[in-house]
Amino acid sequence: MAENEAMEQQQTLPPNPEKATLEGRNKYLGFWFFLGGETVLFGSLFGTYLGLRSGVLDGPGPADLFHLDLVFIMTMILLTSSLTSVFAVINMKRGNYKGLLIWMWATVALGVAFLVFEIYEFYEYYHQGLGFSTSAFASAFYTLVGTHGAHVLFGVLWITTLLIRYRKSGLTLTNAPKFYTAVLYWHFIDVVWVFIFTVVYLLGIGG
Amino acid sequence: MSSHVDPSAPLQGEPTKNTQRKLKKEMRTQLVSFVLMIFITSMAFLSIASDAIPSGFAIPFILLLAAIQVTLQLYFFMHMNEKGTAWVNIMIWSGLFIAVLTVAALMLLIGVVKY
Amino acid sequence: MSYEKAQSKNVIWDWLTTVDHKKIGIMYLAGGAFFFALGGLEAILMRIQLMFPEFSFVQAQTFNELLTMHGTTMIFLAAMPLLFGFMNFIIPLQIGARDVAFPFLNALGFWLFLFGGLLLNVSWFVGGAPDAGWTAYVPLSSESPGHGLDYYVLGLQVGGLGTLIGGINFLVTIINMRAPGMSMMRMPLFTWSSFVASMLILFAFPALTIGLLLLMLERLFGGTFFAVDFGGNVIIWQHLFWIFGHPEVYILILPAFGIFSEILPTFAKKRLFGYSAMVFATLIIGFLGFMVWAHHMFTVGMGPVANAIFAVATMAIAVPTGIKIFNWLLTLWGGRIQFTTANLFALGFIPSFVMGGVTGVMLATSAANYQFHDTYFVVAHFHYVIIGGVVLGLFGGAFYWWPKMFGYRLNETLGKWFFWLFLTGFHLTFFVQHFLGLMGMQRRVASYLGGQGLESMNFISTMGAFLMTIAFILFLINIFVSTNNKENAADPWDGRTLEWTTPSPVPEYNFAQTPLVRDLDAYWYEKYEGDGKMKAAEPLGDIHMPNGTILPVLISLGLIIASFGFIYMVIPLIIAGLGVTFGSMFVRSIKEDHGYHIPVEEIKRDKEEG
Repeated sequence: MAENEAMEQQQTLPPNPEKATLEGRNKYLGFWFFLGGETVLFGSLFGTYLGLRSGVLDGPGPADLFHLDLVFIMTMILLTSSLTSVFAVINMKRGNYKGLLIWMWATVALGVAFLVFEIYEFYEYYHQGLGFSTSAFASAFYTLVGTHGAHVLFGVLWITTLLIRYRKSGLTLTNAPKFYTAVLYWHFIDVVWVFIFTVVYLLGIGG
Repeated sequence: MSSHVDPSAPLQGEPTKNTQRKLKKEMRTQLVSFVLMIFITSMAFLSIASDAIPSGFAIPFILLLAAIQVTLQLYFFMHMNEKGTAWVNIMIWSGLFIAVLTVAALMLLIGVVKY
Repeated sequence: MSYEKAQSKNVIWDWLTTVDHKKIGIMYLAGGAFFFALGGLEAILMRIQLMFPEFSFVQAQTFNELLTMHGTTMIFLAAMPLLFGFMNFIIPLQIGARDVAFPFLNALGFWLFLFGGLLLNVSWFVGGAPDAGWTAYVPLSSESPGHGLDYYVLGLQVGGLGTLIGGINFLVTIINMRAPGMSMMRMPLFTWSSFVASMLILFAFPALTIGLLLLMLERLFGGTFFAVDFGGNVIIWQHLFWIFGHPEVYILILPAFGIFSEILPTFAKKRLFGYSAMVFATLIIGFLGFMVWAHHMFTVGMGPVANAIFAVATMAIAVPTGIKIFNWLLTLWGGRIQFTTANLFALGFIPSFVMGGVTGVMLATSAANYQFHDTYFVVAHFHYVIIGGVVLGLFGGAFYWWPKMFGYRLNETLGKWFFWLFLTGFHLTFFVQHFLGLMGMQRRVASYLGGQGLESMNFISTMGAFLMTIAFILFLINIFVSTNNKENAADPWDGRTLEWTTPSPVPEYNFAQTPLVRDLDAYWYEKYEGDGKMKAAEPLGDIHMPNGTILPVLISLGLIIASFGFIYMVIPLIIAGLGVTFGSMFVRSIKEDHGYHIPVEEIKRDKEEG
């Protein structure tokens, strides 16, 4: 049945190519549900961090470590990457495959930049005496922000794989849902970061 | 086997006029929401960086800003405002609800303070 | 792959690479049954140890390992996979679908469960199983010497991932793959309750994932989340565990409720009483299931207000559960009841489960809970709800759906013997444990002193456990002696729902033509309002099928290799294992696999033969 729907739309591009087949619709819905689960996953990590953040002991605490300027730059990078991935989806719906690829590459580049800053950040903290085992705060901080970082890394690798695999294929009914879910994932990473910069960094310095 | 559609064939053609109009409008909406997000983020950073704002105000304020920004992300960037997203809305809000419960419990009910 | 090539695989390779929901369902059942027997054996060994005061059948350390593995195995490796087996096999048939939404992920979920379970049990042979209880409370678990707890953490992490994948698969299947006319409010109740259980899986398992991650980081990488001398807090584990753990018990019981809601109308020859109230009650139970986790922690010292809130929320669950009980009773009321084995299990369930529910309300009374906490009263309570609810449901479901799944009917006489022996053994084992608990016998103790009035009831309890074992062996015998009851296997019970419209055994494409659903209890409607056959919603045509693949096995295997690497801190093993896993995922991502089509001639031939 899914194929018949696709057949009718041969001449004009379907308005939502990612949802033009049953496989695409399944992927779309399943991925959203996965993100619903991820919400609880990160909720548990945030809760753990908030429960343990005063457990600093003799080690350095949030106010000693965090620098607003660095976090601000990282936030702007991730926010911009969210916008570039929105542009990618708009280009996909326009049938401009080249535009999709270019904006996705831009997203990947920004993701890599974010990761570089994060590695630098962790390196700095480590040298200021915040090892993973230093205090409960240290463990909780590295686990929460590190899990987010691991998600960014996975996203970068995933999107890069898609971009290389489909560099010449043009937009198809198979790859449209793949790009679309990758973009959803990328937005979700940004959503988590909004809470991280607010709850970890801003509250760490201000509260 | 020729009657079966090849899912690896490149899609041809242009979107309909109607879709193109919608996409143009969406482009504008997305840019506006992006500018709004940048503004909100800057406000949050400023209210913490500035010494003039008491933390009693700043903390609830930045939490509110975060909530607004996440809503913008979900409903505009991730298109949860579109039709046919009822199940998506149900699942995401259920997830957020349980996440909030979890955070509240792990902050408050860990035996440090008795309620 | 072409149709011809898909047909010509050898048997073992076929099962290893299958993405057919029916085969995966059967593998879940086989895997679950294996672990059920293993968990049962562990229980028997514990009961023998407790048969006499100060008995020395097993050592205290072994006893701790037995009780930990019994709980963990029964919950994660027996009850859930057995339910997943039924869900996998039955849900697509009940909603008129040819397959699940994600056949590949479905297979991956199964292999993750199986390998996770095997990993956990490897610990028996390499220096001792986990010994900190199935709840693995810190600091007992974080400080536990040896590698037992490392196996617990990684085995459950791998298995839990499989469960989460399975849950998402069922949710999307039920939302997107229903046949025309099958609206949400026409879905059979087993599908509905599995849907709600899958929602609970989706939101509960991430909390366990994080709990296990923290415990792994604590044990293997020097994390300090639970180390009080580093500013850590042990209560965080309890919250994370129970935020998962309480919904988990509803994940188990809701599909069992669904099974009873299928069996009772079939054998009372009446439509399920209060269908929409049943759906609503299921949703309410699912919602409240997330509101009550801290009732496992009344004695932790959260404070009186927190305790009171969780006590009230817990008692509220009795309301939707009561709605269900009364609806089942009213389904039976005035019905022409057939006392088949499947129905006996459903009828036996109602009073047994009510007893477990009543002790649940007693435990929810937070003030009284200080008295009950960690005694055999709790053990009696949760065995009444889990055996009296889930296990009776599984056995009832097995007798009910066996003809559909395996093409032959189980022997009814042996089945009734099995039922009565099992029910008697179950009550004998656990009823007395209420009183043992009230008399002060602690749960999880490896022995007890004589002369305190505990001897006779412990002895009775052990005798009951033997009776359950004998009953279970009768069931296993039944499976083998009944294989010739092949006649009337397609619709032996005069069924009401879509799964009974398919031939037994079910062809790999389930429905030659997608059925058109015209009412709740779709098949029953056609039997009495139509011509007894489902109307087709589409013309006969080629049927698209997904290709089998070995990648799910490889992904799971890689994770197991990496887990051994983590447990013994062998870096090359970690890299190799993760390499296999991510490499397989990479292959899956870049290799487009569009499946194959079964030609329409083939389907016509099947139809004529059937």
